[in-house]
Amino acid sequence: MSRALAPATELLRLDGIAQHYGKGETAVTALAGIDLTVSRGELVAIMGASGSGKSTLLTIAGGLSKPTSGEVIIEGQWLSDLPPTRIAMLRRRTLGFVFQDFNLIPALTALENVTLPLELDGWKSRKARAAGLEALASVELDDHANRYPDDLSGGQQQRVAIARAVVGTRRLILADEPTGALDSTTGELVLRMLRSRVDAGAGGILVTHDPRHAAWADRVVFLRDGRIIDQSAPAGVDTLFADAQRA
Amino acid sequence: MSIRQSLLAILDQGPCYGYQLRGEFDRRTGSTWPLNVGQIYNTLDRLERDGLVAKADTDSEGHVYYAITDAGHDEVTRWLDSPVIRTQATRDELAIKLAIAVTLPGVNIAEVIQVQRAASLRTLQDLTRTKNATSEPESAEELAWMLVVDSMIFAAEAEVRWLDHSETRLARASARGFAEPLPLSTSSPKRGRPVKAEPAAQAAQAGQPAPAGPLTTDAVR
Ligand SMILES: Nc1ncnc2c1ncn2[C@@H]1O[C@H](COP(=O)(O)OP(=O)(O)OP(=O)(O)O)[C@@H](O)[C@H]1O
Ligand SMILES: [Mg+2]
Repeated sequence: MSRALAPATELLRLDGIAQHYGKGETAVTALAGIDLTVSRGELVAIMGASGSGKSTLLTIAGGLSKPTSGEVIIEGQWLSDLPPTRIAMLRRRTLGFVFQDFNLIPALTALENVTLPLELDGWKSRKARAAGLEALASVELDDHANRYPDDLSGGQQQRVAIARAVVGTRRLILADEPTGALDSTTGELVLRMLRSRVDAGAGGILVTHDPRHAAWADRVVFLRDGRIIDQSAPAGVDTLFADAQRA
Repeated sequence: MSIRQSLLAILDQGPCYGYQLRGEFDRRTGSTWPLNVGQIYNTLDRLERDGLVAKADTDSEGHVYYAITDAGHDEVTRWLDSPVIRTQATRDELAIKLAIAVTLPGVNIAEVIQVQRAASLRTLQDLTRTKNATSEPESAEELAWMLVVDSMIFAAEAEVRWLDHSETRLARASARGFAEPLPLSTSSPKRGRPVKAEPAAQAAQAGQPAPAGPLTTDAVR
């Protein structure tokens, strides 16, 4: 494994990621040697049966848990080299994460949930508020900014979680089933929004069971039993590079 | 057939000549299923034979106009009022392929499914790109086109979902030992009667009921 400089367009690289849980008889191999890169201007969809390792892959890619082996490289930084405080900073500034179960804080309003990562990062509250409202507007929820999660429907909570993942200057968006609770039209709204962020230069991984949503991605990666079994890319590298250069 | 009824429905808006009908059909269906002039005139002939349209005036340029009859108008109303029943979906080709493949020895069926799923997803990606290149439709023609693209998107999605479902079903079946290949059961000739050539044997069996197996009509439906 060489530590050659990553190309400038490369946002995320996973190098030989493996994840094992437990020992002996009860050992589970959730991931078995995953190599994957995501460039700027690229949206990658991950599909696969329940238990195939999609969420595990995403939490490792987002630095939320350490793999048993392998390397995660975000914008040229090897996570294994970074102290926890630097990884936390990376998560606050660079990464947007949409959890499968939303993970909203009940004591905060929709807007406060969205602006939390910015506030933690020392943004002035006026500026954070403006960015938060902009993110909420992108999922058509700015008129619900002051509601608490308990007073929102499941689909609305999911959209708040999505707004939190794209707020401010997030460059790498990792979304675990971000459309699970949404109806077909709202799901499409969210995908269009993610697509336009990515076209503007971000990168993203989208875990989904919905083929119609996976189709918004530049590449679809299929996982089975912790391995990548196939990848599909329609118009191929040409458009991908064109997108990256435009960004 | 829907071309016949579509043309009739257009004629219900006023008399048209053949070439004009072709253009009208085209712009109302997002130019997705281009018809040739021959198809149009064949259809008009049959509609005329069935008393649903009649030849009307010929203009100075020699265009022969066709006008709808009362019976034709009733037919249009009936068409719009009744649902379309899909008896032979195009996916049947795929269903049959998969059903056959399951019964053959030495076929990696999971691979067959995966190859198909990747291809179907690629189609879905292409359609989604096409759709993403346009915003909300701003004319009736664009709306018609969008409806057709959406319909293709949902059809491709259904195919991928069906493949996901089949994959899981197969995994369950093989875990329980029910996904074994089927040996030929029709090949052994009847005892005591020599068979000269293979085709003759097949012809003799043509009238017999199909052997039991996963390929019953229910499996394909
Ligand atoms: N903390 C853990 N301890 C033990 N096993 C785990 C743990 N987390 C996940 N697993 C196992 O790892 C495998 C992959 O799980 P993962 O959550 O990544 O699947 P997934 O593809 O996201 O599934 P789903 O579509 O249901 O969300 C599963 O077999 C799961 O049971
Ligand atoms: Mg999961």
